[in-house]
Amino acid sequence: MTAVIGKAQSLRDAYGHALLELGEKDPLLVAMDADLSGSTRTILFGQKFPDRFFDVGVMEPTMMSIAAGLALQGRTVYASTFAVFAAGQAYNFVRQSICYNRANVKIVATHGGLLVGADGGTHQIVEDIGLMRGLPGMTVIVPADAPTTRAATFAVAERDGPAYVRLTRENLPTVTDGSFQIGKAAELRSGSDLTIVAVGALVARALEVAEELAKVGVSTRVLDFASVKPFDEPALLRAARETGALLVLEEHSVLTGVGALVASTTSENYPVPVRRVGVPDVFGESGEPWALLDRFGMSKERIRNEAWELLRLRGKVQ
Amino acid sequence: MPESTPAELIRSLESTAREIRQEVIRMTYAAQSGHPGGSLSVTDLVTALVFHELKIDPARIDWPDRDRLVLSKGHASPALYAALALRGFLPREELASFRQLGSRLQGHVDRTKLPCIEASTGCLGQGIGMAVGMALDARLRGAPYRTYAILGDGECQAGPTWEALMAGGHYRLSNLVAILDRNGLETDGSTESIMGIEPIAEKFRAFRYHTVEIDGHDFSQILGALAEARRTTEGPTAIIARTVKGKGVSFMEGKYQYHGKPPNKAEAEQALAELARGSEARP
Ligand SMILES: Cc1ncc(C[n+]2csc(CCOP(=O)(O)OP(=O)(O)O)c2C)c(N)n1
Ligand SMILES: [Mg+2]
Repeated sequence: MTAVIGKAQSLRDAYGHALLELGEKDPLLVAMDADLSGSTRTILFGQKFPDRFFDVGVMEPTMMSIAAGLALQGRTVYASTFAVFAAGQAYNFVRQSICYNRANVKIVATHGGLLVGADGGTHQIVEDIGLMRGLPGMTVIVPADAPTTRAATFAVAERDGPAYVRLTRENLPTVTDGSFQIGKAAELRSGSDLTIVAVGALVARALEVAEELAKVGVSTRVLDFASVKPFDEPALLRAARETGALLVLEEHSVLTGVGALVASTTSENYPVPVRRVGVPDVFGESGEPWALLDRFGMSKERIRNEAWELLRLRGKVQ
Repeated sequence: MPESTPAELIRSLESTAREIRQEVIRMTYAAQSGHPGGSLSVTDLVTALVFHELKIDPARIDWPDRDRLVLSKGHASPALYAALALRGFLPREELASFRQLGSRLQGHVDRTKLPCIEASTGCLGQGIGMAVGMALDARLRGAPYRTYAILGDGECQAGPTWEALMAGGHYRLSNLVAILDRNGLETDGSTESIMGIEPIAEKFRAFRYHTVEIDGHDFSQILGALAEARRTTEGPTAIIARTVKGKGVSFMEGKYQYHGKPPNKAEAEQALAELARGSEARP
């Protein structure tokens, strides 16, 4: 199977429209925002259902506790803001009010990672996947494109309990058919020499590099790991067994993200060489979004080099 | 600052503020991002501080006794960068690098890149706490420096803002001045329609601040309030400055839509023309 890379679309718009549809289906559903409803697109819900929309202003921690209070009365609540405020500013409120209480709150956080761009390092959270996947009971989804965003917005509603969906500010090329399922990795490309496990904005880069490698005879499997928690352990270990080397791509700190998850899971169960491409142990900075990915170690060249390094380690090339 | 009559001083501050506003437009236009509305509302307050009130010296940025300014609403960085450039802390040409890769002029003020910035901010609600810490340090050391923090009114919805303000009042930090840019607007609309903060002066008073309400675009009132703060020895002062978001650019004034939206080419040209006309009108 070879995935096609479709035109770039807004994940945030996909979320906004999906939330609107959910609001039509579920009259108890409430949506919340913290003064960023234009950017997160919850404004679409707010305009249609003003009575069930609470834009509480600049108070992210309390947005989470209010959301939990609403959810504990039997409602599904969607709460949105930028990732740095949802996972960062509000962390202990997410932890206690939402997760410890097992409240049915779906946090859909936009502006994750470096692709925030010009706003700079204060706003570019690259620690949120680690923070959120460390919370007991939290579902964590990192969509790579608009169709997965739409599917994930619906899927987290179906699953009782807290969820964190991390979206990217930039439009991203469509790489899936939207058949996302919680707990399942999507094999976007089959291959036997090497597996690239990728999330979010880097899934398209994974596919591009896999295509280039194919031209020189290297067969690369690509797994879209959108469901970070729960994650598809069988698919991961199958990839380890069948391809013998794993390259992980994430627009997130390599210390605590998907690379760390993949490395620890394989080393406990089926050790194979793992390379992590992501943000090193530094804060980001202002700049053109895609230029930042190159600057902070996620260029296609770097990804290619790491792939060759893994192939050499496995003795598949000289 | 050279000695000047109050009228001369005010004329000079007004003309500096107009230059700063033009730089705000140029910077946000060139970057095609950034926050023009809250930069233009705060320009006169920043101008009064950087060009008159603060004891600071571009030749000695690490002077221990310099006054400290913390821009708690760090997204208004263009106004502060432009003021610091005009005051000699950085080359004016550097303003063109705002928000570009590798620039010292980050989207939100960053002390690790630009040393004349006292505290990095951007996520709201934290600058005022750092200002309290600085004011406590001055007291512990017996140092003469004073600390000024500039807050947004949307920022006053954030709990940490009030925690920090409570600490400033509790410790009776008479060397601390909290200045509120009360422009009435945040990202999504007006503060009072989203999450009302009124009666805001009463809140500051209840938190033990000597509270002064002024027109934040009237330099004689701004200077008067700052002087009053200096004379206040019982505890901290809060200056509630009523301002207009987008001040000085007709189509941005009072419009929340220009909170985080840069001008396009035609808008930038019109804005610069309006601001230039403003300077001719008052020679
Ligand atoms: C904790 C936090 N939440 C959200 C934001 C995003 N944000 C940036 S500016 C802003 C509105 C701030 O309004 P106000 O304080 O009134 O600023 P001003 O009108 O002076 O520009 C928001 C929500 C932020 N920077 N920090
Ligand atoms: Mg405001």
